[in-house]
Amino acid sequence: MNELIIFSAQPFGWLLEPLSHDFMRRALMVSALVGAVCGLLSCYMTLKGWALMGDAVSHAVMPGVVVAYALGLPFSIGAFVFGVGSVALIGFVKQKSRVKEDTVIGLVFTGFFALGLVLVSKIKSNIDLMHILFGSPLGISGSDVRQTLIISGLVVTILIVFRRDLMLYCFDATHARSIGINTGVLHYMLLSLLSLAAVAGLQTVGIILVVAMLITPGATAYLLTDRFDRMNLLAIASSSMSSVIGVYLSYWWDIETGGSIVLVQTIIFLLAFLFAPRYGVLKTQVSINS
Amino acid sequence: MDRNKRDIVQRLLRIEAEDVCVDYNGTVALYDASLSLPAGSICGLVGMNGAGKSTFFKALMGFVRPSRGLIKINGSEVYRAQRNQAVAYVPQNEGIDYSFPVSVWDVVMMGRYGSMNLFRIPRESDKRAVFHALERVELLELSKRPIGALSGGQRKRAFLARAIAQRASVLLLDEPFSGVDVRTEKLMSELFIQFRNEGRTILISTHDLSHVRDFCDLVVLINKTVLAYGETSEIFTPENLTLTFGGMPPELLSGQAPSDDFKQS
Repeated sequence: MNELIIFSAQPFGWLLEPLSHDFMRRALMVSALVGAVCGLLSCYMTLKGWALMGDAVSHAVMPGVVVAYALGLPFSIGAFVFGVGSVALIGFVKQKSRVKEDTVIGLVFTGFFALGLVLVSKIKSNIDLMHILFGSPLGISGSDVRQTLIISGLVVTILIVFRRDLMLYCFDATHARSIGINTGVLHYMLLSLLSLAAVAGLQTVGIILVVAMLITPGATAYLLTDRFDRMNLLAIASSSMSSVIGVYLSYWWDIETGGSIVLVQTIIFLLAFLFAPRYGVLKTQVSINS
Repeated sequence: MDRNKRDIVQRLLRIEAEDVCVDYNGTVALYDASLSLPAGSICGLVGMNGAGKSTFFKALMGFVRPSRGLIKINGSEVYRAQRNQAVAYVPQNEGIDYSFPVSVWDVVMMGRYGSMNLFRIPRESDKRAVFHALERVELLELSKRPIGALSGGQRKRAFLARAIAQRASVLLLDEPFSGVDVRTEKLMSELFIQFRNEGRTILISTHDLSHVRDFCDLVVLINKTVLAYGETSEIFTPENLTLTFGGMPPELLSGQAPSDDFKQS
């Protein structure tokens, strides 16, 4: 009887109640924003075929985060330096040795990640390893929110200004070069954006899962459309939606937030994989039969 | 002077290559390649795989820097010509990701990027250029299709339209006739002749000799260097072709120039 009264008085109580907590409002906002930014970038990552690169960069920022905390710097600066550094190192080793690229990528990022783990155990600080590895959007601080806002603004601005050039670079780099566009600059621009987005993403889902933020929304959107601009919007929408749903689920059911966000993304991908109007598995089978 | 040689007074040279050498980390890909192509010509670039055709293209597009020699396009440096949208490269079908989410219109619009501002927002003139280019290759009615939905021949035409929209004066085509349908082949050969009459210069890289004989005014035979160059009827002799296609092993041919090169470095 009591429950009934609550429900009739507040029909969306289950949805609004979490918003009465400061930490939840903050977590939802940051997660949605980071989701949107990573979702937008994920279009370029999936089209360029940089999933492994995304995995590498996101792991390689680990020592940067630790060092930055130890020195009292904003962790994003340390992470950015190590993210870009790892990419430069991958390029250098690949060029100077006969080892194949995917091997070099795997080698470099595990090396960086291992260094990060060792540093965490040696440098005495108040860093919570679990927070870096798995994210902690529910415990995000005010200064972290500010950093995330700045990073997101930067990434989105660059992606909007250079979206056509970056799209052309992903589609046909030869043509881009032949009309006088500096593809070297675009290459490093995209890698820098990747590092920055990884830094933003590790706030919400942590280092281990951030690569999902950087590829899953793009892959989902890719199954749903043949238009690049629409793909961007779909990726942003599915990614920020996953973040919001994931945070809610984590609150209601008391489950790990990062895992819950990525799980929602994966479920959305599976739905697209099955039911996408043109490229879904079920659709393809029907058209073969008919 | 080449101009006099071709009997055409004051005809602009689109491509000038003088003693061009390209090597990749000491391996010679091309040496002493010289060539001059006037405005309004169709030239076949004929050679075996690994004879240096793509290296020559890359040098013309400024992707590799010759270790020696000089290349000029429309009388200026290659990078300058690039900025002026002078050079268009029409890729082989294999080199492109056809599942990329772009429409035919989008692809042709990419030909205009170099002439747009930083944000690449198409102006009315860019849209008109794309429209006309699509019209010329007879793809207007398919312009909204995703690029991947086109047939091999239609894809080729889409990239040709991109070069038209770019208003390039030099077109570099890589195996343009491979895997195209009859309609496309006919349309392309008509277009090439129109391009020539408009004063454009077309360089076609191929090992398909019958097409060279049909379309090309000029032909360049290469095997690490320019073996022969001139009017197609004069150059297409059995002797020259034997020379180009394995009459002599490539090692023997490149034998003298590398030592030359190494002395320099």
